[in-house]
Amino acid sequence: MFESLSTKLGEVFDRLRRRGALTEEDVNAALREVRVALLEADVALPVVKEFIAAVRERAVGQEVLKSVTPAQMVVKIVHDHLVEMLGGGGAPGLALNASPPVPILMIGLQGSGKTTSTAKIAIRLKTRERKKVLMASLDTRRPAAQEQLAQLGRQAEIATLPIVPGEPPVAIAKRALTTARLEAYDVVLLDTAGRLHIDEELMAEVASVRDAVKPAESLLVADAMTGQDAVNVAKSFNEKVGVTGIMLTRVDGDARGGAALSMRHVTGRPIKLIGVGEKLDALEEFHPDRIAGRILGMGDVVSLVEKAAETIEEEEAEKLAAKVAKGRFDLDDMAKQLKQIQKMGGLGGIAGMLPGIGKLQKQIESAKIDDKMVRRQLAIISSMTPGERRNPDLVKASRRRRIAVGSGTSVQDVNKLLKQHQEMSRMVKQVSKLGQKGLLRHGLSALRPGGGFGPKH
Amino acid sequence: MSESGGTEKRGWFGRLRQGLSRSSTKLAEGITGIFTKRKLDQEMLDELEELLIQADLGAGTSAELVAEFGRTRFGKEVTPEEVRGALAGEIAEILEPVAKPLTPTETPAVVLVVGVNGSGKTTTIGKLARLWREEGKRVLLAAGDTFRAAAVEQLQIWGERVGAPVVVKGAGADPAGLAYEALERARAEGFDILLIDTAGRLHTKANLMEELKKVIRVLRKLDESAPHHCLLVLDATTGQNALAQVETFKSMVDVTGLVVTKLDGTAKGGVLVALADRFKLPVHAIGVGESADDLRPFSAEGFARSLMGFSAAADQS
Repeated sequence: MFESLSTKLGEVFDRLRRRGALTEEDVNAALREVRVALLEADVALPVVKEFIAAVRERAVGQEVLKSVTPAQMVVKIVHDHLVEMLGGGGAPGLALNASPPVPILMIGLQGSGKTTSTAKIAIRLKTRERKKVLMASLDTRRPAAQEQLAQLGRQAEIATLPIVPGEPPVAIAKRALTTARLEAYDVVLLDTAGRLHIDEELMAEVASVRDAVKPAESLLVADAMTGQDAVNVAKSFNEKVGVTGIMLTRVDGDARGGAALSMRHVTGRPIKLIGVGEKLDALEEFHPDRIAGRILGMGDVVSLVEKAAETIEEEEAEKLAAKVAKGRFDLDDMAKQLKQIQKMGGLGGIAGMLPGIGKLQKQIESAKIDDKMVRRQLAIISSMTPGERRNPDLVKASRRRRIAVGSGTSVQDVNKLLKQHQEMSRMVKQVSKLGQKGLLRHGLSALRPGGGFGPKH
Repeated sequence: MSESGGTEKRGWFGRLRQGLSRSSTKLAEGITGIFTKRKLDQEMLDELEELLIQADLGAGTSAELVAEFGRTRFGKEVTPEEVRGALAGEIAEILEPVAKPLTPTETPAVVLVVGVNGSGKTTTIGKLARLWREEGKRVLLAAGDTFRAAAVEQLQIWGERVGAPVVVKGAGADPAGLAYEALERARAEGFDILLIDTAGRLHTKANLMEELKKVIRVLRKLDESAPHHCLLVLDATTGQNALAQVETFKSMVDVTGLVVTKLDGTAKGGVLVALADRFKLPVHAIGVGESADDLRPFSAEGFARSLMGFSAAADQS
């Protein structure tokens, strides 16, 4: 499903690209696909509608820059707006500036991942911020929930409040704070029972816990797989308990995570952290641009376009274009391309920006392309004479040995490079048929393994 | 520890309706608002489609349902009642073939329970065990979630509550080995049903899915037809990712049926309609609360009508 969406958007944008102009009709056609994409990504409908309206306003009448296609333009506007709605730049950290012990309250539906997240945050605070952390479970409802946190505490060497059977949640919370004060803890993490946002009784209970401890943070823990209901859940928890931040869990799955946008939008609260695995260190900061790409199902295409535009100097591109127009592509040109890759943050960086990342990264791993290899290849090329670079056919057995020694590689490495160059120049010849305009686009796609760049053997 | 508290008995539809009331009311109000004394036109169909989308039916399924609806009724004067009835009817039609209760007949019947983390596997096992115990069956539980902290203890508490012994191994033990031992014991001691809990796993984790396959392989060394039932537990709060979950679990471990949990919130579980349409897997039961008797058989008409906000007058199904 993930892939087919990229394809769908691609089809619309391909149509746009061929027409070469950005009209209201084009925008509407693209936005229809974007709407479906957002809905399939589980963004709540009211949020989708607002989003689409805002993007339409921005996109129609927008002057299309000379350097990008209309399609790229639309993608960029959609993407930028999505990033903005998700919180723009960086993720704000946890608010720990209050006087210790700082209480943090973990709230959410059943099964959203509160207890695991509690332990993950505790470990992070302990190891990164050198905080002395106490965890306490206020979950007196689910069988063995308190025991679960205690076990996690033992695993992670984080202190947990001793369990007193039958003690009600508010009393546990108070005891946790008292203990923390007496034993000089910096942070107290309070894990609560999962509850439905419409369960008045239990919502009142967690509100009274809040009143008793006055938490510096009340983190709403929510599953990245949540559907349309995310708006109701986030709204209710925010109204009844007050949410200061959101923690999104199970981001390591293949859910597209539209709930992030819904919840961020209805609460106005930032997404502070994301859970990315079962291990207790699988906790990361939230990056709006990554989730935006994921929701749209298209990787970080926009930043790729931007980065490429920034780094590829026009002049060089034109020179290359002229050569390619003649169907020529020598080792100097290849070296230039390799240097562009380095400027753009290495292959890993580029791969992360392309759609269908997972698949691509696997291919890259299996092809053993890494940044070291790019450096090695540059070394090989710079160990050649200018004549050899212009005319790779000159490079025969003894020259290959010399180049290998000169670049600190092996003859096989030199062979591999030459073979890659052959493949690339064959592809470049095909591209040249498309004319100069197509160069940059196809030049980039050449970076994809299987697109002619990676070793195929 | 009051999970089994509040066991006031009501008809299953009453419980379901109570659980669904909030969502249904909202949906019903919306539809009533749209359709009071109006001709059915495209604008109304669009609005109706949006209501379905908000119930998690998914963009595709919602569009199809509404298109079908529009074909038969376009331009007619319609009352809200008719609209809801017709839609409920269409949804029930899709759901009807999958509404099949789980009635294990093999002895011992091996029921493997799988699902992503936090979907409600252990609680569902507790409820199923209770149900079958009440029918007089001898039930054995296997604490196969040896990964999550205190998962074993959680199942043990359920075992005590419902009077079912629990086969346990230490934390980090091989779940396949545990399942094997549990089946040996179930056979030796003449249990009717063996319910095997498993650790929650995202369907995208290949290694964990392999682990599940191994459990099945090992069970088949004792009984080639085991597991007789492989239940996938789905959280009704889940959106369109449920489709990917079912698809992967089904292809990897041959899921035989679904249990949908947490239908007592405002989540409508509409993805069930898309699931029924696409995978045709039986929906054995739904969970509408935390206590032991909050597991209900799944009724297509009841679910569809309840979703459309019909009152308890329809409580005949």
